[in-house]
Amino acid sequence: MSKWHALLIDDEEELVSTLVERLAYRGIEARYAVNGPQALELMENHPFDVVLLDLKLPGMSGSEVLAVIKQKWPGVPVIMITGHGGGEDAPMSELARAHDCLTKPVSIEILIAKMEEVLATR
Amino acid sequence: MEADPEQIKTAETPSPEKPAGVRLPQYRALRRYLILTTLTVSLAPLIIMATINYVQDTEKYKTESRFTVSRILSNTRRALRFAVTERRSALNLVGEENSYNDLASDANVAGALRSLKNSFGGFVDLGVIDSKGTQLYYDGPYDLKGRQYSDQEWYQQVLLHDVCVSKIFLGYRNVPHFIIAFKRARSASDFYVLRATLDLDMINRQVYSLELDPATDAFLIDDAGLLQTSSAFYGPPGQQVPDLYIAPHSRERELIDERILDDQPVTLGYAYITDSPFILVVIHRRETSLAYWLGHRSEMLWFLLISAALIVLVVTYGAIHVTNQLRQADLKRAKLFHNIEYTSKMATLGRLAASVAHEINNPLAIINEKAGLMKDMATFSDEFPNRDKALALVDSITASVERCSRVTHRLLGFGRRMDIRKEKIVIESLLKEVVGFQATEAAHRNVQIEFHVQDDVATIESDRGQLQQVFLNIVNNGISAVGDGGRIDISVEQPNSNEVTVTIADNGPGISDENLQHVFEPFFSTKGEAGTGLGLSITRDIVEKLGGVIGVSSSLGHGTRFTINLPIEKAD
Repeated sequence: MSKWHALLIDDEEELVSTLVERLAYRGIEARYAVNGPQALELMENHPFDVVLLDLKLPGMSGSEVLAVIKQKWPGVPVIMITGHGGGEDAPMSELARAHDCLTKPVSIEILIAKMEEVLATR
Repeated sequence: MEADPEQIKTAETPSPEKPAGVRLPQYRALRRYLILTTLTVSLAPLIIMATINYVQDTEKYKTESRFTVSRILSNTRRALRFAVTERRSALNLVGEENSYNDLASDANVAGALRSLKNSFGGFVDLGVIDSKGTQLYYDGPYDLKGRQYSDQEWYQQVLLHDVCVSKIFLGYRNVPHFIIAFKRARSASDFYVLRATLDLDMINRQVYSLELDPATDAFLIDDAGLLQTSSAFYGPPGQQVPDLYIAPHSRERELIDERILDDQPVTLGYAYITDSPFILVVIHRRETSLAYWLGHRSEMLWFLLISAALIVLVVTYGAIHVTNQLRQADLKRAKLFHNIEYTSKMATLGRLAASVAHEINNPLAIINEKAGLMKDMATFSDEFPNRDKALALVDSITASVERCSRVTHRLLGFGRRMDIRKEKIVIESLLKEVVGFQATEAAHRNVQIEFHVQDDVATIESDRGQLQQVFLNIVNNGISAVGDGGRIDISVEQPNSNEVTVTIADNGPGISDENLQHVFEPFFSTKGEAGTGLGLSITRDIVEKLGGVIGVSSSLGHGTRFTINLPIEKAD
């Protein structure tokens, strides 16, 4: 039985699918989506305890996806993942709307620790 | 590297006259042009005016001198001619009105003389001389009765021309005088000579009737150049005057000419006195009368010279000042352009680096996660063939990914360089990051880089990117300078609560004192065409902009040491 259900949203499918597998090895059931609409559709059909959202997405941006989630599923915590410390850092106002924020690269241990931390304070 | 000590040995060493690689000849030519043109337009009118003034004044004084001579000459000539002609006519009248018998006694002669004296001044005595030359009758102050005159020059002249006005001579009486004599018929076959003596005073009165200034002399000479009257310049009567180059006799000739006599410029005028052997000479020494003007002229000359010297000084100073200002302005402008160019180039490079790093980061993250998954599989599966070997391989992959990540991280940091923003910086980390960029080059050339960091150095508030550029430049210089097997020591310490000191010292060949004083100047390079001469100039600008101070010391053969003091918190 999974500890909790997580949704990972990132346009790098190779990366995000691998992360889902690695989480599974640690008893966390996770699904992934590679764009905003796909992520929202998944959320309509499956309940998630926590969402990991990459800020940089093709089409519908991470910020827009975040806005929809906050509106439709206000109880679901969202952890934002920003770029590699490059120039495209999200504005602080965006990040403030999320529950927490991580900067790439993120190790699996830190990711799980952060999810646990967020769920504990829910 | 703008002052690469390794290259100083072979590079052309700039002379102290042309520091900073500035094209001085261009400004020298401009300075020369400015000085020459300004001097020409300011001095030429001054000199032309002075010359015109000099020529005009000289001509004016010449004209005045000619006028003076001409006036004296014509007045005196007229008076003299009149005096001589008048007395000649009077004596002639005595001969005309009296027959020989009327004059043939001393008493009669005395009567005639008295009559002459009453009418005209100047007559001294009167005598009747027979055709043998013996004075038969005489009246006058001297005892000359019975005297023989046949060998006298004037007597010969009377025989020849029937009339004679003699030159001035001493005669028997030993007093300067001249005579007028007429040959008259005594009978059909005989003659006599009526002779009168005139004293010199009569002549002198005519010659010196005008008051002459010390620069002017008037006198009479005969055709042999002997003085007939006394001369202020040449002495008493009878003296020979220097050759005056007087033209042959002419009745009306009155000549005025400029001559050099006794090494002095003079105006000379002369005229023949009609019916006499006398030549009237007037000499005007121009320099004597121009003494006042000449003194004035020398004052003017001094004024001209001092004015010219002042103009030269002011013009030269002005031209030097203007060209220096121009050079400074050009230098500043060129530096600004180079700075903009450099900054723009660095910004482009930064964006490129960030872009490359970003593109590499994503596949790196995938590799990392795939390796992590492999590790999970090996760890969490009960059976996994060659588990230990697989885990070692995964660790190796992860380590390599970690290395790559560090590189991309640095590149991203470099990409942010151009944006000026202050942040808290651990200076040691920043220095190690910079050295990390150079690690391969240093290792390749076997250059040892050592850190000496004091404990508890405070973090500073500064611009990370700008500081990286500063240290990168200096470390780069050091690596180029030391050569294979060299050593660079980087020290960090905090001398007080306000600043942190970073010292970067190499053991390269050092920089000569002459070059050392120019290393921070823009466009100073010992690399010739290879260097822009801007690296250390920009470095200093950045350090100063960040509120710090950069200094350099060097000793030939021992190395170079850059010291950078940075404020812990920069005051805006």
